[in-house]
Amino acid sequence: MKSNLFTVMKKEFARFFKDPRMVFTTILMPGLLIYVMYSFMGNGFSEMASEDEEEYRICTVNLPQSLKVFQGAEGFDIREIGEDETETVKEEITEGTGADLLVVFPEDFEEAAAAYDVAQTTEPAPNIDIFYNSSETGSYGAYQAMTATLDAVEDAMANKFDVNASDADYELGSEKDMTAMVFAMVLPMLIMVFLFSGCMAITSESIAGEKERGTIATLLVTPLKRRELALGKLLSLSAIGLLSGCSSFLGTLLSLPKLIGFDMDVSIRYSAVDYLWLLVVILSTTIVIVGAISVISTFAKTVKEAGTMVVPLMLLVLLVSIAPMLGGGATGEWYWYLVPIYNSVQCMTGLFSMDYSIVSIAVTAFANIVCAGLLVMLLTKMFGSERIMYNQ
Amino acid sequence: MEQETILKVENLSKTFRLSRKQQRLQKVKERQKKAVSNLSFSAYKGEIFGLLGPNGAGKTTTLRMLATLIRPDSGDAQVDGASIMKQPELVRSKIGFLTSELKLENFFTPNYLFDFFSSLYGVEAEVREERKRRMFSRFGIDEFAEVKVANLSTGMKQKTSLVISLVHDPDIIIFDEPTNGLDVITARTVTDFLKELKQEGKTILLSTHIFDLVEKLCDRVGIIMDGQMIVCDSLAALTEEESLEDKFFRIYQGELAGKGGQISEK
Repeated sequence: MKSNLFTVMKKEFARFFKDPRMVFTTILMPGLLIYVMYSFMGNGFSEMASEDEEEYRICTVNLPQSLKVFQGAEGFDIREIGEDETETVKEEITEGTGADLLVVFPEDFEEAAAAYDVAQTTEPAPNIDIFYNSSETGSYGAYQAMTATLDAVEDAMANKFDVNASDADYELGSEKDMTAMVFAMVLPMLIMVFLFSGCMAITSESIAGEKERGTIATLLVTPLKRRELALGKLLSLSAIGLLSGCSSFLGTLLSLPKLIGFDMDVSIRYSAVDYLWLLVVILSTTIVIVGAISVISTFAKTVKEAGTMVVPLMLLVLLVSIAPMLGGGATGEWYWYLVPIYNSVQCMTGLFSMDYSIVSIAVTAFANIVCAGLLVMLLTKMFGSERIMYNQ
Repeated sequence: MEQETILKVENLSKTFRLSRKQQRLQKVKERQKKAVSNLSFSAYKGEIFGLLGPNGAGKTTTLRMLATLIRPDSGDAQVDGASIMKQPELVRSKIGFLTSELKLENFFTPNYLFDFFSSLYGVEAEVREERKRRMFSRFGIDEFAEVKVANLSTGMKQKTSLVISLVHDPDIIIFDEPTNGLDVITARTVTDFLKELKQEGKTILLSTHIFDLVEKLCDRVGIIMDGQMIVCDSLAALTEEESLEDKFFRIYQGELAGKGGQISEK
């Protein structure tokens, strides 16, 4: 029994690792692709952000004395113009050449603003006209920056009370907690998706592919037990799927700081024990995923058909994985951890947000192993079924 | 002299469910097709037994049942004392089964596959190496031992399949249409090899629709039509009065006319 299981696994590994193209496309490429793509996207974002820091070219009409400080303000390049020039500047803004923004103050802005009392007057408040072009990023940015600044000025003029104005540290959550929250929302989904796609490629190839090419029948005429074949395939494919998943995960982890734009020192935040539990969860999940895809691939006649048949399962996994992004953290009740896939996502959410119990991880690992065992039994039955194995 | 029965087939039956499309194509109303019905015969140790019949007669189904790839609905067969129903794994360890439907993985080399299948059959490393050397040189595979199956010629692939189906040196060899799709040279290599195997004392069960092959190789012949054994006798007895081909067509036409042929067994 053991030696045949080993022989099957050795063959599966040989099939995979001796094929440089397969190793490249399944293990190296996903991680590399994700790293390059995310880094590229991250650089793009930060470049856009730095573009925003350039000075906005703003034209003003009747700029009040009290607001002349704007002229020295960082980010604003203020040019005072006369009322007769407004039409030319508007054209510039429309075409995206020259000025980004035109701000027109009422002539007696300061007096009108000072005299205005919201409780007593029936007159409308003094109005500032700001002309902008939302199809130009520069102009729209300038508009947002200017309205925000003017809002602040308005607040300062009629100050009744302040919020968080002292030097105290109001944010009680540490940066660690914030990082953990971001991780808990994003990473479970990414891990599940990468694991699934990694497992899908190799499993459908190894089972539906062997069926399609008629090579699995050659194995079935040997004294090899169906159970040995099922378990051998499951274990070796899980190992390869895990490697593929790891590659994608590593690519994500290394490029995520660039993408999100802040530096996360991962090694400090999660302890070795956290990682160990994560590994336990991921390992047991991989076996379940490979088992489920194996069963579907065995039903399929061709690799192509297997690819189509796996889609509903993939969508289901995706849906379950997105759940943590809607917030709420991990579930507390242990019995929820008996549901495969859902339990893995919940465990990972708990692990990344540093709020988990050993019981939930133990229940998850147990449930996943039992589920994988059942899938192996089903697969064994299917390998023995002539209707499934020879349904050309 | 009483010959030792090594393969005993008893009342094997197998029905297949037809899809609606198949029903339409075959113009039948029944949802089921009897591929093999109540088939019985025996093969003696050291002989070549030929199952002769037209396409769709049930030859391949019978051989697949004997190789335990599919399960009979009823009946049983003893392969060197092992029951195909109760001890399928033991049966598989005793036979070598070769058909064109069983393919080798293109990615691997004949050398790797020989070792892989040897370990599935539990062949010792020393025995394996000696056997591999002998078989590879017998079929000229040694030059291509490290070439991936994908890059071998059709003939070389077939020879490799043949060699690999015999890695465990089985006493009973089952060949489904052994020379189908082979060029004359490779076909000759295979038939010569079958004769050699017989001389070594192996029992061979083969299916074919080629009279010439049966006349050249077989000791005894079973003629199957519509899943039933019509005649089972020694080649000598069958060809006493007329050629095998004439005999076959006389039976065939008799079957068509619904009279039924004469069933005899020696």
